[in-house]
Amino acid sequence: MRKHRDPIKDTAREVRVFRARSILAALLVLLMAGGLGARLFYLQVVEHDVFTTRSEKNRVRVEPLPPTRGLIYDRQGELVAENRPTYNLTIVRERVDDIDATLDRVVDILGLDDTQVETFRKRSRQRQRPYQPALLMSDLNERQIARLAVNRYRLPGVEVEAQWMRHYPDPRIMSHVLGYVGRINEQELASLDSGNYAGTHYIGKTGIEKEYEKALHGQAGLRKVETNARGRVLRELERISPKPGKDLTLTIDTRLQQMAYDLLDGRRGSIVAIQPQTGDILAMVSAPGFDSNKFVTGISYKDYQALQQDLDLPLFNRAVRGHYPIGSTIKPFEALASLQNGVVTPDEVIYDPGYYKLPNGTRRYRNWLRWGHGRVDLERALAVSNNTYFYTVAHRLGIDALSGFMHKFGFGEVTSLDVQGASSGLVPSREWKQKQLNQAWYPGETLSAGIGQGYWKVTPLQLATAEATLANRGRWVRPHLAKRVGETSIEPPFKNTKSDVKLDKDVWWDDVFSGMQKVVSGSEGTARHIGKGLKYEMAGKSGTAQVFSLGQNQKYDADELQERLRDHALFTAFAPVDDPQIAIAVIVENAGGGSSHAAGLARALADEWLLSDDENTHQAEELIEEGVEVEGT
Amino acid sequence: MKALEWRRLSRASADGMGRKRSLWSRLHLDPWLLLLLLSLMGAGLVVLYSASGMSLAVTLGQASRFGVALLAMFVIAQFSPSTLCRWTPIGYFIGVAMLVAVEVMGDMGMGAQRWLEIPGLLRFQPSELMKLAVPMMVAAYLYKRPLPPNMRDLLICVLIIGVPVMFIMRQPDLGTSLLVACAAVFVIFLAGLSWRVIGLLAVLVASALPLLWFNMHEYQRQRVLTFLNPESDPLGTGWNIIQSKTAVGSGGVFGKGWGLGTQSQLEFLPERHTDFIGAVLGEEWGLIGMLVFLALYVLIVGRGLFLASTAQDTFGRLVGGSIVLTFFIYVFVNIGMVSGILPVVGIPLPLVSFGGTSSVTLLVGFGILMSVHTHRRLLPR
Repeated sequence: MRKHRDPIKDTAREVRVFRARSILAALLVLLMAGGLGARLFYLQVVEHDVFTTRSEKNRVRVEPLPPTRGLIYDRQGELVAENRPTYNLTIVRERVDDIDATLDRVVDILGLDDTQVETFRKRSRQRQRPYQPALLMSDLNERQIARLAVNRYRLPGVEVEAQWMRHYPDPRIMSHVLGYVGRINEQELASLDSGNYAGTHYIGKTGIEKEYEKALHGQAGLRKVETNARGRVLRELERISPKPGKDLTLTIDTRLQQMAYDLLDGRRGSIVAIQPQTGDILAMVSAPGFDSNKFVTGISYKDYQALQQDLDLPLFNRAVRGHYPIGSTIKPFEALASLQNGVVTPDEVIYDPGYYKLPNGTRRYRNWLRWGHGRVDLERALAVSNNTYFYTVAHRLGIDALSGFMHKFGFGEVTSLDVQGASSGLVPSREWKQKQLNQAWYPGETLSAGIGQGYWKVTPLQLATAEATLANRGRWVRPHLAKRVGETSIEPPFKNTKSDVKLDKDVWWDDVFSGMQKVVSGSEGTARHIGKGLKYEMAGKSGTAQVFSLGQNQKYDADELQERLRDHALFTAFAPVDDPQIAIAVIVENAGGGSSHAAGLARALADEWLLSDDENTHQAEELIEEGVEVEGT
Repeated sequence: MKALEWRRLSRASADGMGRKRSLWSRLHLDPWLLLLLLSLMGAGLVVLYSASGMSLAVTLGQASRFGVALLAMFVIAQFSPSTLCRWTPIGYFIGVAMLVAVEVMGDMGMGAQRWLEIPGLLRFQPSELMKLAVPMMVAAYLYKRPLPPNMRDLLICVLIIGVPVMFIMRQPDLGTSLLVACAAVFVIFLAGLSWRVIGLLAVLVASALPLLWFNMHEYQRQRVLTFLNPESDPLGTGWNIIQSKTAVGSGGVFGKGWGLGTQSQLEFLPERHTDFIGAVLGEEWGLIGMLVFLALYVLIVGRGLFLASTAQDTFGRLVGGSIVLTFFIYVFVNIGMVSGILPVVGIPLPLVSFGGTSSVTLLVGFGILMSVHTHRRLLPR
């Protein structure tokens, strides 16, 4: 190549060079344009489907449509859990550029105080599925809604969402039956069907709300919407409507429930009433109750602490988890066990000198009446609640036969169909003691078990269930709270029902019933004061459960201590005897003797259920007010 | 020597083309190039209308800017290449002075900027002027020298190019500085830079890349990194690339239809009516629309190269060729960016993206090309 030797410009050569170079450049241009074309072909033809999907994902947002929660009615059709419209503040973090600045703005607009701000921020950090609105604050008032609406343009990703919120018209009396719904927490979120719960903020936490969560919740729907890059919805493309949750009808009778709660009159205690033929739980009260509505909106820490530290344990569901010694209410069952096991006949007379001594023993196990009832047969033993008689038969039976028979009536296990958190309680036995306490069973323990003291742990629900089974002459029906779920009736026979209690002689039922009837109506009956003016036949049994120890280590003042060491009053009953309509268990904590403090409550409830006219109810209430002092356990 | 050359050229052209001058020639316009440019601008306005979210105001604004640019093209075409050549050094040095002024104002705490402003009167971007002034200056220097250029001339050219490019890079405006450098390099290339030197330069550039990296601003580095792996930051800097590719890819062969591109109309696509208008085109008009535009661009380049090659003097030839090739670089870099094979650089799709300044610069360039083509008869009087 000739190089720059010639200082004279060679124009012709320059033109040649230019031509060659521009042809080269033109070829390069074509090549590069071809490259672009190939790239476009790759994107728009080869990978077209991938990008179409991606573009659709951009454009189309699937929004869950939460179903409305089913309503809950009592057996008379009265609404006990309803839905009310409320307005919630939600945030979609993916649509917010600067989350802190946005939260600051919202806090400013709503005028929140420090503790509110704290929960507010905590909620904004809670894990959420991408592009799902996270709840910041529920139950906005109208002023807040208006202020947010005005400032909406400054708050992308922040929305005010109208929502149905659970409301309980009678929170205190129904709190333990219904339970409550609350905000879904992170653990629940992990185990939930995320599709069905995508738009749902609340879930049943306890009680019926939890038990029938699936039916009450319903099936979520969805809508596909077109959105722009800032998440604003432009139009709806497709909609699958949600299936609302099923309405629930309870077996509970609100009138009876209310009455039972009022009868307890501020005392700690529990009343359970069951319809024996159907297993319908007519009333199930644990007092004191609490305001379950507070849990729906999110209870404040202070309120929650107050409930937790309350000595009366309002959050504790005594009806299904309260453990009480069965006391003398064991006696009808024990009588049946003795008859069935042939250790006693209905007519056998046992002499009561006021105490019982084990053969070879010296210790005197006392009757509650120091001087004794003298000659006692089965019927009288039940009517006067004679301890010596039952020490005798218990010793003859032995603890294992007694416990085995008690199991047939559902003690020591959960027999209810749909009661959340029901406890199985405890039926003492040789095996149990060896296993749990690693101790041998002492014969003396059989005696105290025979009058329902000692290791027994029974719940009011178990007691009422056993009473209903007794009233049914051994026919088992599982107790239950739901009467109808949607269109489906919940009625016996139920799966996994315990086998019926069979006796060799059917007449033994009548023998025990007549003893129980004498409790109320007999001249010596421990609860004869409630038998006045009774318009139907009632079988009952009083009981007193000794309080062995305080469950907790709180400091009480002297009066308080005294009060809380008093015995629990128990009473079980069913009526009418020939056609039982209601079986009742009443436990009033630290009230003293069962006949005087619990029996009247059972009578009042039975009157309410069996007789509808007001006069009778009145009479029963008077009886309670008199507080007639009668001897007995 | 200059006068001699002109005379020689004039004579040559008088011999070769003794025909009567056409109307177009007297207007100093090339009808074919003008037709192609008008088609491109017309089609560009159609795309812009959709890309601006059916904004008539934006579209009409752009149309009026096109009017101004076409007028500028016509005016420039009336000047002969020799006149343009004479004015080139003045334009170049004024441009450098203004770049210095921008730099100084930036240093004086007015923040990084690209504009020189006489408030209420004029707002001017000196780097835009340099897109034409630098290649013209290189051509004006080289055309007097024996070609291919020797080493000394090359070094002077590097100086002519380097100073303004450095200033523009510091503004910071990587896209423009790249275009300016490219335009000037094309001049040298067309002047017949020997392949050995080209090879040597390629090696030098490759070894200078790390140096460039360390001179880049943080946001520029980020762009390069994101380009290499857009999915690493899909909601941040990778967003543009991902959304742009998605728009183009989802357009398919026939496109989603005018105004129906979901990526563009629902604003998933950023800067949809400026730098990323190509993605709107790809989404709404599909591969076919893209290829039509590419064909238009290639035809313009082809016609432009032809016009340059018919020039009678070296200055015109070199400037014309460089303008056309730079025009294609716009297209290549922009479409490459939109389709995700090149990093995000602020270079518009020429005569389609919204923006007045770049349209004026581009059409002034084509005006020079037309001047080069039509000023043929320079007979001595």
